[in-house]
Amino acid sequence: MSEEVKLEILRYQPELANEPHLQSYTVPYHEDWVVLDALNHIKDHVDATLSYRWSCHMAICGSCGMMINGEPKLACHAFLRDYRHRTIRIEPLEHFPIERDLVIVMDGFMDKLASVRPYLITNQKRQLGEGENLQTPLQLMAFKQYTLCINCMLCYAACPQCGLNEEFVGPAALALAHRYNLDSRDHGKDERADVVASDSGIWECTFAGACSDVCPKHVDPAAAIQQTKLSASLDWFKSWLRLGAYR
Amino acid sequence: MSRRPYVRPMKPSWWLGQRRYLLYMIRELTSLFIGLYCALMVVGIFRLGQGKAAWDSFLAALSSPPGIVFQLICLAFAIYHSMTWFDLTPKTMPLRLKGEPVPPKTIVAFHYGAWALVSLIVLIAAGI
Repeated sequence: MSEEVKLEILRYQPELANEPHLQSYTVPYHEDWVVLDALNHIKDHVDATLSYRWSCHMAICGSCGMMINGEPKLACHAFLRDYRHRTIRIEPLEHFPIERDLVIVMDGFMDKLASVRPYLITNQKRQLGEGENLQTPLQLMAFKQYTLCINCMLCYAACPQCGLNEEFVGPAALALAHRYNLDSRDHGKDERADVVASDSGIWECTFAGACSDVCPKHVDPAAAIQQTKLSASLDWFKSWLRLGAYR
Repeated sequence: MSRRPYVRPMKPSWWLGQRRYLLYMIRELTSLFIGLYCALMVVGIFRLGQGKAAWDSFLAALSSPPGIVFQLICLAFAIYHSMTWFDLTPKTMPLRLKGEPVPPKTIVAFHYGAWALVSLIVLIAAGI
């Protein structure tokens, strides 16, 4: 008999039950299959009612984030061979409400992302004829790492503060704010500070560092948040000194 | 059918299941012992202000077995606390030299070096 893999999937079907329950499935084992392949096999051949999000199957779209044996991972990035001879438990991303099965409610995340104004805010009005905003490789290097986020929300599922305080703006959004604050073409740092340096912003982070551990694109949101803390503290100190000078 | 999202409660034992969260909580716990040791130092200053007899009894309490055990526990937590923060400094203070990023290991090594130097100065100043 060919090898098989046992999956335990947390299912929530609001029309059938008030609470989620675990359901077991068995799928064939393939050396080159990822968890997403196993889910697609179930959907196509075993149980068409199973719901989950996915799109690209290549760790670019950020849609298939889920808890795999307790660790937030992209289902397309988690090979069955790494869990060989073990039952794989699959649950929706932690710290998010469950919409249905493995699909989470991401409205809160989208609002947080928008709240940090993640776009260039510039005080220089330029005409189209003036051409591009030029940037040196060194200026690009200052923030490039923080542009690589795919909004997969694994960092929110890993962060204990996100679980304890749903108001916390969270790792991905704060890293994105840092990305624009570091951009040489941007002048929006003070505008973003209303959210970034608020009680729900950087100061809610206790530097557990789990966000950076689980990030599939090595964005290192924990680093972005700590650097923002340092920068916000310096800004506060400078403004305090300036106030002192006017007295 | 209207939406009915299900919210999973976070268990009080969330930090016990995984090594990552356990180590994080131990790091957070270290601040309690560092706070207690700071309080002990403040008590010492008060005892010094109360005269020689009070100061001598404070020193005697520090040298007693429970006093030594308490200080050893505080030392262990302080070392763990310092090491975890040294390991995190490359994230907080990424450095660039001539445009090139300084390797995280170098930044951490510099902190250990500075720690050793300051400890040496303290030991020399204490006449040990």
